[in-house]
Amino acid sequence: MTELFDAVLLARIQFAFTIAFHIVFPAFSIGLASYLAVLEGLWFFTGRDVYLQAFRYWMKIFAVVFGMGVVSGIVMSYQFGTNWSVFSDKTGPILGPLMGYEVLSAFFLEAGFLGVMLFGMNKVGPRLHFFATLMVAIGTLFSAFWILSVNSWMQTPAGYAINEAGQFIPADWWEAIFNPSFPYRLVHMVLAAYLTTAFVVGGVSAWHLLRDRANESARVMFSMAMWMAAIVAPIQIFAGDLHGLNTLEHQPAKIAAMEGHFDTQKGAPLILFGWPDMNAEETRFAIEIPKLGSLILTHDWDGEIKGLKEWAPEDRPNAPIVFWSFRIMVGLGMLMALLGLWSLYQRFRGRLFETKLLLHSAVLMAPAGFVALLSGWITTEVGRQPFTVYGLLRTVDSVSPIDAPAVALSLLAFVVVYFAVFGAGIFYVLKLMGHAPNPGDSGPRADQPIRAAGLTPGPAQPSHEPAE
Amino acid sequence: MEFDLPLVWASLIAFAVLAYVLLDGFDLGVGILFPFFSKGTERDYAMNTVAPVWDGNETWLVLGGGGLFATFPLAYAVVLPALYAPLTVMLLGLIFRGVAFEYRWRSEQSQGLWDLAFTAGSVTAAFCQGIALGALIQGIPVAERGYAGGWWNWLTPFSLLTGVAVVVGYALLGSTWLVMKTTGSVRQKAHRIAGVAGFGTLLLIGGVSLWTPFLDPIFMSRWFAFPQILYVVPVPILVAIAAFVLFRGLQKHNDGQPFFAVQAIFVLSYLGLGISFFPYIVPPAMTIWEAAAPDESLLFLLVGAAVLIPLILAYTAYAYWVFRGKVDPSEGYH
Ligand code: HDD
Ligand code: HEM
Ligand code: HEM
Repeated sequence: MTELFDAVLLARIQFAFTIAFHIVFPAFSIGLASYLAVLEGLWFFTGRDVYLQAFRYWMKIFAVVFGMGVVSGIVMSYQFGTNWSVFSDKTGPILGPLMGYEVLSAFFLEAGFLGVMLFGMNKVGPRLHFFATLMVAIGTLFSAFWILSVNSWMQTPAGYAINEAGQFIPADWWEAIFNPSFPYRLVHMVLAAYLTTAFVVGGVSAWHLLRDRANESARVMFSMAMWMAAIVAPIQIFAGDLHGLNTLEHQPAKIAAMEGHFDTQKGAPLILFGWPDMNAEETRFAIEIPKLGSLILTHDWDGEIKGLKEWAPEDRPNAPIVFWSFRIMVGLGMLMALLGLWSLYQRFRGRLFETKLLLHSAVLMAPAGFVALLSGWITTEVGRQPFTVYGLLRTVDSVSPIDAPAVALSLLAFVVVYFAVFGAGIFYVLKLMGHAPNPGDSGPRADQPIRAAGLTPGPAQPSHEPAE
Repeated sequence: MEFDLPLVWASLIAFAVLAYVLLDGFDLGVGILFPFFSKGTERDYAMNTVAPVWDGNETWLVLGGGGLFATFPLAYAVVLPALYAPLTVMLLGLIFRGVAFEYRWRSEQSQGLWDLAFTAGSVTAAFCQGIALGALIQGIPVAERGYAGGWWNWLTPFSLLTGVAVVVGYALLGSTWLVMKTTGSVRQKAHRIAGVAGFGTLLLIGGVSLWTPFLDPIFMSRWFAFPQILYVVPVPILVAIAAFVLFRGLQKHNDGQPFFAVQAIFVLSYLGLGISFFPYIVPPAMTIWEAAAPDESLLFLLVGAAVLIPLILAYTAYAYWVFRGKVDPSEGYH
């Protein structure tokens, strides 16, 4: 038994480790692909070279990030079988086709047009090239759609039946795909990807603006990023709140852990900070605001909120992890919205590019999206424990019949390789970001004719690229 | 018998795996041959022939794995744990070769390192794929919906032989691809390698084919019992013809002919395997029908596949069309 537990724990660590790396890259690819499509579209329709420069600047970064997303993703799709074979056997009839659709509708689309996007400008011309960029962006969004449907089904299973062999089989595809938590998760995740990207773009352009206030590309990027922060961050808070209400309905144990409530109470307080102690069954050192918890979750000062004691100890998720990861995410979300508001204020004073403190803050906040994203996933996933399919299939019953040493060895190999390979990749990305987005010297094609950045919009120039 | 969904899906998965072998085979092959080209321009050139298409090629592997999960979840749940070590190592190999495409342009000092990663990753991935194939052919023990062997079962002389065979075969695919897509010194070197790799591949295919029937009486009866032999005998004959076309093409310094001849050899060998396997998906324990997901799952995905696979083939063909002909050595966006 202890042996089995070890193998389970190792498999869980391996899954958490590999997915945590994986999610960071796709989230950035999703945001960046859409951003690239917008930039190229703006260039295509206005003909202003700043957009093309910004496009080329981010395209090189996109290529590296996308590459890391692809290789880490292939690991994920095989890991279900290698480490979670019982889970695969049981959920395959439902989750398999959803992932199959992801491969068919998203991965091929992205991969098929990526080559044209990166290498094809001279061969296909701006119009088709823009189309290719759009297809890549749409592919990343399809991908998010399907994988989040899969993940949501594991959180809030619906539309299934169970056959003699113990497999989950489809009863109603529509219900399975659009399961109760899916719309919330999809919206929240896509917004998270956009925010993550916006803060990276904002941070990088602020960094260069601090060195050269007149850099036209950096100004355009910074302005776009701050618009995103100002508009999307508040929407994200709103979406997150709705998501939480949905979770309260379907996974109240998770909410109890997020809130740090052990006892069921009416008029529950909002615990700002504290340390949920699973053994003592209380949240220690709690700093709380009376009744606010009930108000937020039930929209009633005296609403009842269930505490963790409603569930048997072996059915409770790990409260300290969930409690703190949730607070990190929400805290960063608030900070993002604040930065957005501040940028609005400076923008209307006409001092968007001149406020040093704002620029410094944007640089500081560049990684905020990644941290919030990972915290959010940890909240979601750890809060689902001890189940892989919520309430139906336990994590301990999902694992492959593989000996612990084999799992330990592969985990070790993944850790070493990921840190080395993705460490190098992140270093290269940072190096690319360190170059200022100047006209001419940073374009993806060194043979590009150098033009001064035009300030007035001109007509699109179809034969922009000289034939080689 | 009415519309047999498991059979349809078995054919589609087989097609995805074949497409993977034919497509990623040549870009893994280019990786395997990388050390034969001199640092700098020759290697840049060789890599740029595959850079725009490798990602799409690799996606067929995702379809093979993901498709198996979707349509034969039981087979997926048995085969992947059985091949735990070779698949894990394959994934690590694919990581190294995949990132090398971008990384090697990002830093001059460490370009040599990422070139090495490109080769090592390609060789490793190919070798592990071969081992996985061999392990599958020699059979996987199953008990109660789960893998019942140890984590070293895959390692046998036979699986090592199939591992080597796939490496050499991919090298042949890669070399003929380069003959087709390049000019100058790269083409010359590739041409010389293709001759050697051609002999090697045929020898190894022969070895594996002769060994396979002795692994399991089922295989033996497929290939050597009368009258089945009448149906299967065309396969080796066609391989011989394709081999002749390959060497003729090389001799006449033809551009495309060797590449397509090698593709034909691969298709035929694959067909031969199919003949040995059918109707098992995990020989000798599990047939296609035993492993299949319920019909509702198969049908649901089939509707999408019927629309999307032709579309995928169309835009994949378009991408190859955009980058058709000899590659310009100075091309690239880096
Ligand atoms: C919300 C976003 C998201 C999440 C949660 C995941 N992925 Fe992902 N994945 C993407 C978004 C994405 C993407 C943005 O679409 C990527 C990044 C680069 C790419 O090619 O597509 C991708 C790549 C990618 C690839 C490579 C595709 C290719 O070859 O082009 C595979 C096989 C997977 N993923 C599989 C998975 C699995 C099995 C996951 C869950 C365990 C998973 N992904 C979580
Ligand atoms: C992409 C962001 C994701 C992150 C950061 C993430 C993180 C985690 C973490 C931390 C665990 C471990 C929980 C624990 O051990 O207590 C876990 C478990 C798991 N997650 Fe995710 N997850 C992500 C996405 C997904 C998706 C999209 C799926 C499904 C397709 C998924 C499926 C699973 C499964 C099967 C487990 C089981 C293993 C386990 O429970 O430990 N995860 N994940
Ligand atoms: C202050 C505003 C926010 C609130 C109230 C909020 C709320 C939530 C809630 C309730 C969940 C669901 C946990 C579950 O039940 O499964 C969640 C998940 C998540 N959050 Fe947030 N969130 C906020 C901000 C952010 C920000 C700024 C980001 C990233 C940039 C982010 C990224 C995520 C991610 C990636 C997940 C997991 C995926 C998912 O379940 O959709 N959140 N959030």
